[in-house]
Amino acid sequence: MTLNTSRRGFLQGAAAAGAVLVVGLRTDGALAAGNASAQINPFVKVGADGRVIAIIKHFEKGQGPATGLSTLIAEEIGVGMDQIDYEFAPSNPELYANLAFGQFQGTGGSTAMANSFMQYRTAGAAARAMILDAAAQAQGVDASTLDIVDGMVTGAGQPAPLGDFVAAAAQLEAPTDPVLKTPDQWRLIGNPDVRRLDSKIKGDGTALYAMDVFLPNQMVAMLARPPQTGGLVASFDDSEAKTVKGFIRAATLPNNAAVAVYAENTWAAMQARDALSVEWDLSAAETRDSAQIKDEILAALDGEAEYNVLQNDPGPMDQAAQVVEQTFYFPLLAHAPMEPLNCTIQADEDGGVTLHDGAQFPTGPHMALAEIFELPMDKVRINTMLAGGSFGRRATPTADYQVEAALAFVITDRTRPVKLVWSREDDVRGGYYRPAFGHKVRVGLSADGEIVAWDHRIAGQSIMKGTAFESFSVHDGVDHSSVEGVADTPYTIPGFHVGLTDTKKATSTLWWRSVGHTHTAYAMEVMMDAAARAAGRDPVEFRLAHLGDGPDAARKAAVLRLAADKAAWGNAPSDRTQGIAVHKSFGSYVAEVVEISGDAESGVKIEKITCAVDCGLPVNPDVIKAQVEGGVGYGIGHAMRDEITLTGGVVDQANFPDYEPLRIRDIGAIETHIVPSTQAPTGIGEPGTPPSAPALANAISQSGRIVALLPMVNDGVRFV
Amino acid sequence: MSLVLKLNGVEHTVDAEPGTPLLWVIRDELKMTGTKFGCGVASCGACTVHVDGYPTRSCQTYIDDLEGAEITTIEAIGATKAGAAVQQAWAELDVVQCGYCQSGQVMSAVGLLTENPKPTVEEIHDYMDGNACRCATYQRIRAGIQRASEIMEG
Repeated sequence: MTLNTSRRGFLQGAAAAGAVLVVGLRTDGALAAGNASAQINPFVKVGADGRVIAIIKHFEKGQGPATGLSTLIAEEIGVGMDQIDYEFAPSNPELYANLAFGQFQGTGGSTAMANSFMQYRTAGAAARAMILDAAAQAQGVDASTLDIVDGMVTGAGQPAPLGDFVAAAAQLEAPTDPVLKTPDQWRLIGNPDVRRLDSKIKGDGTALYAMDVFLPNQMVAMLARPPQTGGLVASFDDSEAKTVKGFIRAATLPNNAAVAVYAENTWAAMQARDALSVEWDLSAAETRDSAQIKDEILAALDGEAEYNVLQNDPGPMDQAAQVVEQTFYFPLLAHAPMEPLNCTIQADEDGGVTLHDGAQFPTGPHMALAEIFELPMDKVRINTMLAGGSFGRRATPTADYQVEAALAFVITDRTRPVKLVWSREDDVRGGYYRPAFGHKVRVGLSADGEIVAWDHRIAGQSIMKGTAFESFSVHDGVDHSSVEGVADTPYTIPGFHVGLTDTKKATSTLWWRSVGHTHTAYAMEVMMDAAARAAGRDPVEFRLAHLGDGPDAARKAAVLRLAADKAAWGNAPSDRTQGIAVHKSFGSYVAEVVEISGDAESGVKIEKITCAVDCGLPVNPDVIKAQVEGGVGYGIGHAMRDEITLTGGVVDQANFPDYEPLRIRDIGAIETHIVPSTQAPTGIGEPGTPPSAPALANAISQSGRIVALLPMVNDGVRFV
Repeated sequence: MSLVLKLNGVEHTVDAEPGTPLLWVIRDELKMTGTKFGCGVASCGACTVHVDGYPTRSCQTYIDDLEGAEITTIEAIGATKAGAAVQQAWAELDVVQCGYCQSGQVMSAVGLLTENPKPTVEEIHDYMDGNACRCATYQRIRAGIQRASEIMEG
């Protein structure tokens, strides 16, 4: 197989060549260390050759944890970024849990750095302390006189490479409470010149994704899935498929959800699947059109709210001098990560199975595969590979595509590995969409232009209800992910009422980069602008006037001021128009100013975007900037022109030509400013997305029209 | 059918059905995984290779038409002056995020700089329009091409 890259070979070689110090956690959470035979799952390994390997418990979809967690380890030990490599951790929910998720290993909610920051620093500091103790003993000096700089132990004795002390260090007990470096000692954390560890392999084609797994004798499986959610296989005819060279066989999955077509290679699988004829049982299938779904959601906004989420100081709306009212609609959206979904399952010699996957939530497929194959957890292994994007799609409460692969594998004789491949059409039509939502907002203003009441109705399709994550997010019937960003806004809003109504799903739904904030930030921030305009006040000043003195509001106000200042708010060139939005999500605060030329009728051109972000202590400033740039593009691209629609329950879109991605000419320069901070690091993968589309809408609305029905091209906006 | 494909200067005899896209021969037959499958309909550019020096979507290029053609993939593009410059610029600026589209971005960028060593922003937009990046690394792609242009000037 092609997994034996030079880097992997090197790592194995390093371990075999001599001693290794491993530092990690025991199941009781205590630090533990030892040599290569130690029965712990490590966070860091240090070889006798001086190379350090960070074991990354989060998957890498481009958001930067491979670099970020390696930075923490390198910093604490005292090596340069050119002296550290990374490996992805095996699946083990006890040892590699996401501390924000409980006993569950997974990446999401922009938590990778936030939950790992102390854990990885502590592991690195323990390794450093043990190496220094071993060096002190060898040199007959006090450990406190020694330091590790760029991999060299320096101080009282003769400078020596840290690898010289690895064997002795591996014999020592791990310290219970290692001393962490202080910010004045940091050389890597916060350093804007630290580069990504995965840049080179991704620029020269050597990076390996799950799609690049080619195991000896593997089959490629593609599935024929029902045209509508809820459909099942009735029967199939593969006589045409048999004429495709490389076709092996077709079989209905045990759950009747699809027909698997097995072939010798991907192209044969694609052609054989096209040649397959399937009769579907559509008796329980979804049959609605998206226009009907939209009507249901908009109607729910006018009825009694199913849940009164929040009601403070019952609003004196009837005493308001004027009321600004707006209804918003947000369509279904697909994630469409660049690497189509796929994974490979093989049988292991001991009766277990290995899943090769860009695994975002390893614990989910781990448990699902253990059940399907009737194996104990320790006989199911997951080889986490680089992921070609996700935006949430690779993490589903049902482990959907891994279960498909497992079902396709379990009905074979298991002598040949099975690689499940989705086409782009499978992906765009495959459900798990950002749910459709509607908002209806009424803002009451006093005669002097202050908010006196805010009635906010939300209706849409709950992401969490009915899933294994329900208890995580649903309380008293309210799915927090439906109202986050409204009900917990840092704005000071008197007379605030938030009501929620759940509507019936037409497809499976899923978190999509920034989850509920994808729509709540838009409704909040477009309304803040509409209210400011009605009050005759500047949008920045109006927002600041509704942010109090608490720490939460102060941080939000600070990014708002910074973005406005850096964008020269109010002083745009005469042919340009600016719009601003600010939003808190995943513990981080982001303000964005979008500057456009043209207008909705003649065509809008996005010239420039200025961002300010406070995500706590910035570990890798350049990665933070990249995530804001990408988050802005993801938010704006979809808001401009993308939606998933249904006709009779069947998805109308199929591939990029009708689910058009953001293109290079669509978006101008993005400038990102990071607020210096000593607060604990918070999220950055998602927070750049929420303010981007409302900032664009607010720029467009300067010429008088509120853009409220997304995508924007459906609401009278042209882009050039 | 059996045919000879000249890829990265090496002749490979491959066995594939007529009408097979070059992409699947490169990936599944030759096991060269740097060239990516993104959409299959030539609308994302992840599968871009060079055929006789021109960036070409390998998912819509059929092997029947490639007898005698010189095919270059991401695995060999670094040996060219423009390829080395683009890859250096990409690393300097940390252009990549998930990286899955970047082989195609690099192949298109090399095509552009080979034809036009000092492209304007508008020329970059025109040339790179067909290469999608779902991570939206576009501003760094733009800067990377401009930086590679400087590197090539020396």
